[in-house]
Amino acid sequence: MGVKGTTVTKAETGVVTTRMDEVIKWGRKNSLWPLPFGTACCAIEFMGVVSAEFDISRFGAELVRFSPRQSDMIIVAGTINYKMGPILKRIYDQVCEPKYVVSMGACACSGGFYDNYATIQGINQIIPVDVFIPGCPPRPEAVLDAILKLQQKIDRTPAR
Amino acid sequence: MTHNEKQKLEELLTAVEQRVPGAIEGSERPYDDLVILVKRAQCHEVLKFFREQGFDLLSDIAGVDLLGVEHKDRFQLVYILYSIANDLRLRVKVNVPEDDMNVPSVSDIWHSANWAEREAYDMFGFHFEGHPNLSRILCHSEFEGHALRKDYPIMKGQWATTSTDLMSHLEEE
Repeated sequence: MGVKGTTVTKAETGVVTTRMDEVIKWGRKNSLWPLPFGTACCAIEFMGVVSAEFDISRFGAELVRFSPRQSDMIIVAGTINYKMGPILKRIYDQVCEPKYVVSMGACACSGGFYDNYATIQGINQIIPVDVFIPGCPPRPEAVLDAILKLQQKIDRTPAR
Repeated sequence: MTHNEKQKLEELLTAVEQRVPGAIEGSERPYDDLVILVKRAQCHEVLKFFREQGFDLLSDIAGVDLLGVEHKDRFQLVYILYSIANDLRLRVKVNVPEDDMNVPSVSDIWHSANWAEREAYDMFGFHFEGHPNLSRILCHSEFEGHALRKDYPIMKGQWATTSTDLMSHLEEE
């Protein structure tokens, strides 16, 4: 399953050697637990990604949790307005480290077409974002692509 | 709209003029709907009368900002009434000047006025006298100004620092 620096020393006894860092990263990237922060129609599209047709579990990220304390990847799917801002910040703070943020759709990324007094023009003004997904709403394949991009990012950065 | 319904509305107009003399400033009949312009001082009395006459549903209270429009007062309130039993619609308009935005609350007549008036307060700054909880309903409590006023810069967002606990609102109501 692609753990870097792995060497099989004695195949018949099943002993392998590798680096701790790589094993941790391998575990993390293949078992992301998403927290759907769904506020609009992108959340409906996210349900499609989780369901059998597209099946996010093929990439190990199917265990959707509705508590920030049990998840490590927030998927912000939908319009975030100024009133929702402090709530999103608080939810983000409650997620255990290491945590990742996926900004799904035009509204979460840039406010979408809501260029007005009520809507935050991109959630990266409140919380750090790892992957942005464009689209209104994005296709399920785009969400899966974001998971793969996030896995690559976890893979190439040192384990925290 | 049938002839009978039109007649009913005209009868209502005559009845309200007798019941609250001098309260009616004028009336219009766009698309056969009856729109009545009422003086602010007597609007509570007039609306209460309509409630007694079977207008049991207050659909909405709409605020209007007439800045830049040639009009007596800058603001206007539109009460949209509906009678479920008689299938009649009625709109009541009240002019509100900018320097004095006090309007009597009708939340004692219709319960739905509670949130509708909070919205009109939030968006335009109408002050409803006698409202049980006149606080912002859509914008954050830290929001300054009134977003649907024509002179509010429409793209000006305002950061909120705290999250509002809605449980206390539920307990009050």
